Amino acid sequence: MTSARRYLAKVFVSLKPTVNDPEGETIAGALRSLGFQGVARVRSGKFFQIELEAADETSASEAVERMCQRLLANPVIETFAFEVGEVAPAS
Amino acid sequence: MRFAIIRFPGTWSDRDCQHALRDVLGQEAEIVWHRETSLDGFDAVVLPGGFSYGDYLRAGAIARFSPIMEAVTRFAAAGKPVIGICNGFQILCESGLLPGALIRNDSLQFRCEWVWLRREGRPTPWTAAIPEGAVLRMPISHGEGNYQADEATLDLLEREGRVVFRYCDAEGNVTPAANPNGSAHNIAGIVNEQGNVLGMMPHPERAAEPLLGGDDGNLLWHSILSAALDTVA
Repeated sequence: MTSARRYLAKVFVSLKPTVNDPEGETIAGALRSLGFQGVARVRSGKFFQIELEAADETSASEAVERMCQRLLANPVIETFAFEVGEVAPAS
Repeated sequence: MRFAIIRFPGTWSDRDCQHALRDVLGQEAEIVWHRETSLDGFDAVVLPGGFSYGDYLRAGAIARFSPIMEAVTRFAAAGKPVIGICNGFQILCESGLLPGALIRNDSLQFRCEWVWLRREGRPTPWTAAIPEGAVLRMPISHGEGNYQADEATLDLLEREGRVVFRYCDAEGNVTPAANPNGSAHNIAGIVNEQGNVLGMMPHPERAAEPLLGGDDGNLLWHSILSAALDTVA
């Protein structure tokens, strides 16, 4: 049986630590002004949920890795991380 | 000269570019839809400003995969002139035709105003008619014009004289106060290694007539026209 399974990838993209994040700094300032004095640092980013069909989890992960490299993240300024889990067999 | 002005879904400065090139400067200027695959018969390519694909994901990130971009890449590799303005600059960076990236303005504000630019760097076809050190006035209109690259890339750009426009004050002083978006080294425009591909955030096409507030932008078009004449001669 080689029927495709359905996976859900959760992808996180954020600016590299060396790249200034004015949005994150502004959010941090806003949180502190709301009284959350413990906020030390905020880094902003993007979150994607991608449903995809693949033969197995390894090939799903490989596909998501390529998606990140080609489109979802810009390697000049961003880093990415993701997790992949099976959701349900494709009908 | 015959200019191709590329239009993506969401491009908004294509007609301004066409007006400047055709009506003001008397050149041929055709708008080319992004699904086209050929640039045969064109002498120069303009990637205009706007919000291609709504700036979704990152500015320029999706437009770079439009079919026409393969033709633009070949055109650039052949040494022919390509200019990316504003969103066009973002597309050139996303496509790898220029190094670095343009991120959110450090003020987090969309900046729409006139700025001063100092012409620097080595001679290029896009700046041939502009004396080194000249101070030009042009509008900017962007939320993500904060040019960033790693230190090695910035060093390389500086060493090779590829920073051709820098934000400055009216006297030509490059100061933090004159930097509208937080760009590294006050960078407003850079060229590729060969010098034929220019990316810049300010809008030369919106500084094409005194009625608009100035016509310094025409110096870029005059530059590329004179460079083309030199090539023929």
